[in-house]
Amino acid sequence: MELSSFLLMRHEISLLAIILLLIIAEIAIPDHKKSSILHLALLFFGIHTAVGFLPLAESFLFGGMFRSNDMIHFFKGILNIGVFTLLLQSAEWLEKNMLSQERGTEFFILLFASLLGMYFMISAGDFLMFFIGMELSTLPVAALAAFEIIKRESGEAGIKFILSAALASGVSLFGITMLYATNGSIYFDDILTTLTAENLTILGFILFFAGLAFKISLVPFHFWTADVYEGAPIGVASYLSVISKGAAAFILMILLFTVLKPLMYIWEPMLYLLAVATMFIGNIFALRQENMKRFLAYSSIAQAGFILLGLMTGTQLGTATVVYFVTIYIFSNLAAFGVVQAISTQTGKENMKDYEGLYRTNPKLSLVMMLALFSLAGIPPVAGFFGKFFLFTAAASEGYYLLVFLAVVNVTISLYYYLLVIRAMFVRKGEAPIPFFENRLYMRLGLLITVIGILALGLYSPLYDYIYQLSTFLN
Amino acid sequence: MDILSLFVVVPVLVILALVFTKDLRQARVISMIGGLVQLGMAINLLFAYFRERAVNDSVMLFTRDLVWFEQFNIHYNIGVDGISVSLILLTSIIVLAGVFISWKMEELPKEFFISLIVLATGVYGFFISIDLFTMFVFYEIAVIPMYLLIGIWGSGNKEYSAMKLTLMLMGASAVLLVGILGIYFNSNADGGALTFNILEIAKVNIPFEAQKLFFPLTFIGFAILGALFPFHTWSPDGHASAPTAVSMLHAGVLMKLGGYGIFRVAMFLLPAGALEWSWFFIILSATGVIYGAFAALRQTDLKYINAYASVSHLGMVTFALLMLNKTAWNGAILQSLSHGFMTALFFALIGMIYGRTHTRDITKLGGLLKVIPFISVVYVIAGMALLGLPGFSGFVAEMNIFMGAFQQDSMFYRVATIVSISAIVVTAVYVLRVVGIMLMGTVKNEAYNNLEGTTWYEKTGIMLLLIPIVGIGIAPLWISNLIMESLQPFIQGVL
Repeated sequence: MELSSFLLMRHEISLLAIILLLIIAEIAIPDHKKSSILHLALLFFGIHTAVGFLPLAESFLFGGMFRSNDMIHFFKGILNIGVFTLLLQSAEWLEKNMLSQERGTEFFILLFASLLGMYFMISAGDFLMFFIGMELSTLPVAALAAFEIIKRESGEAGIKFILSAALASGVSLFGITMLYATNGSIYFDDILTTLTAENLTILGFILFFAGLAFKISLVPFHFWTADVYEGAPIGVASYLSVISKGAAAFILMILLFTVLKPLMYIWEPMLYLLAVATMFIGNIFALRQENMKRFLAYSSIAQAGFILLGLMTGTQLGTATVVYFVTIYIFSNLAAFGVVQAISTQTGKENMKDYEGLYRTNPKLSLVMMLALFSLAGIPPVAGFFGKFFLFTAAASEGYYLLVFLAVVNVTISLYYYLLVIRAMFVRKGEAPIPFFENRLYMRLGLLITVIGILALGLYSPLYDYIYQLSTFLN
Repeated sequence: MDILSLFVVVPVLVILALVFTKDLRQARVISMIGGLVQLGMAINLLFAYFRERAVNDSVMLFTRDLVWFEQFNIHYNIGVDGISVSLILLTSIIVLAGVFISWKMEELPKEFFISLIVLATGVYGFFISIDLFTMFVFYEIAVIPMYLLIGIWGSGNKEYSAMKLTLMLMGASAVLLVGILGIYFNSNADGGALTFNILEIAKVNIPFEAQKLFFPLTFIGFAILGALFPFHTWSPDGHASAPTAVSMLHAGVLMKLGGYGIFRVAMFLLPAGALEWSWFFIILSATGVIYGAFAALRQTDLKYINAYASVSHLGMVTFALLMLNKTAWNGAILQSLSHGFMTALFFALIGMIYGRTHTRDITKLGGLLKVIPFISVVYVIAGMALLGLPGFSGFVAEMNIFMGAFQQDSMFYRVATIVSISAIVVTAVYVLRVVGIMLMGTVKNEAYNNLEGTTWYEKTGIMLLLIPIVGIGIAPLWISNLIMESLQPFIQGVL
């Protein structure tokens, strides 16, 4: 094995290097200059993101434990952009609240460690690597959720998250052992050849699935979502709802479409029911939320329901539309969380009522929020529309017209609560609107990236064509 | 740049220019220039169309086809026939009139004009699209600004009305989406590729079962926008709360998307489904026609009266479309045009009356003919046009509709036709009732004696709308011919 073949793990190695560099920087940089760590981390990660888009060969390592192909590579790039944007948006919060407590570096290290876990998870070639990756991606987030130690809600969020996550991981691992018991291997490629629909296998699959369903917060594994989002720092909530969910949906798709394809007759009706339940429950609970973070939590549960529509198909079209939808969702949700973050950092206000009259004082922020919400709701010409339309097309191509109909009913329901926010910002004047404030450069950049993503991903069709091309690997 | 894409590009440029305006004066001047340019383009298109039609007999003219999403065979595919040209002309006139009527829009003027023009862009785009996907995109672009337009600049119970209107119309588009996907996945029934192209799909024989399933979805999806009974409830509330120019644009143009979509998509692509379901929708349309008329009779709020009148008159459009013959179809398109001008004129006049008297309750108004003669006289003229007096556009349209309807000689059609025709009588009653109470008699309120006269921009707006009404009424043949020859593909495809 040549040393250069390890370059297949370029993303992982480079991220690990950044983590180590940050640890050194934490030790080396004197206390009064600690704020430079923020810029340093952003610089490193920016370079990492940019370099990540250089092409990478399709191959595997460690006898198939770790693999990479163009699609996985592309998705890691998207995750990188997402995390980079999120860091830009969180920079001011970090500087204001965390650096003064000398806890800036931990934030980056924990976040990057979790991202590293995601990389391993989506690159996994066997269940062991998958499980390690999943754990690595989950555990640091519990610490991150509890990061604002002076707030009780934050600690509560951390505890809630770690308890539910531990349970989910345990169940998932139990499922994996059953799959191992019936197949005698943990390698995806081996299982693919031996998998048959025995009862134990099916039970194993269902338990395993529950673990991932927890990460994507599908109903009925969604109970942690709203509470954790509400208590956690906004950057972390954003990470959970965007990066974590996106990566989990992606690996679930790969597993379902390759290894678990023989069980399709089991998971197809299962996903059908979960999709309907997730969409309806997410949407109905979102209707009456007052807190913006809880609001976005339920909205993101509902969005997960839409993702399932594409997952059910098991076709190349399904793959492409799911990846496309998730990519758009990442940008849209980051934009929404970014605005919430900006306002919360400046004023500490997080309720929908506080947003009343926002357009008259902060027109640009309101417009970004409007774009984000339109994209989440699926209104043209922003990208969310195209994402949803194609997802529904994929579902309809397999003849699920009834499910598509239920989904569009849900789109209409969701439009109601997205419009509530728009009503607060644009229609109402508010008794004490948030006064005008100027955002810092990092925040503006963070929002700009999302806006470009929201606009370009839909109207500029070659991006979809590119994703479609990448998704051939399944067939 | 081709002649049709300009209808999307110019409004977008106007929007970009509006972003940089600072106050009402700049915003309205730019919007007016934009509106004038669009009107010029529409007139130019009309003449160019006549010239081109003389030498070219393909279904759609000025077509342009760019691949957008190759994987789904989605194209940016545009083209026009006589029907779309006439509706584009209608749109450009009403947009310009709307700008004049909003001359004194004090609150957030820039945003108001931008939203208004976004709406217009959606409408233009819808009328020039041949591709179902593009059409659907423009449909939604046209609907969503309504929320802000009513929510921010509306009056009365505006938050409720705006939400109701937006949700019902977006719900409609959701139903429509299922219908469109159904059509798309059956467009390869003859062995070709899946396509969103309307002209291509029209050549395909979509299986009967699919037509039966997807026709009602597509039909209802469009019909909600056309205020088909019983899905019309958004319309009176929405119109009553909307600012004047928005009511004009919405009732005058946006609701026409419904009828146009029913004709061009639901009936043209799913003819067997149309035959199968026509009885059901004829009942709904006829009910809408008579129900709208009687509801208008009971209202005292001017905007509600006009909104229910719209329900009634647009019911006639769907009714005529379902009569499945050339004369009735011609009447349906003429009715769309005629109703567009008339209802926009009505809403403009109501806005002017309300702006002066601060009430829309006809029982509180009286003797307006003495104090604001210009507005009142035009109101009478518009009323005469609405009740179908010969010499105005309404007469030509309704004449065609009912002549066509009587060609169907089964009992069911006869009854439905007679029910619909009787609405004309009720129309006369509610129009004359308003004229009698509001315009005639003594001046009820002393303060009304010093009402402000009509300003130049109001007069311009009124004349823009009045001229076509009289024009179509006196010389209907040229526009009728324009529509008639474009009906040929429908006659071959549907009948």
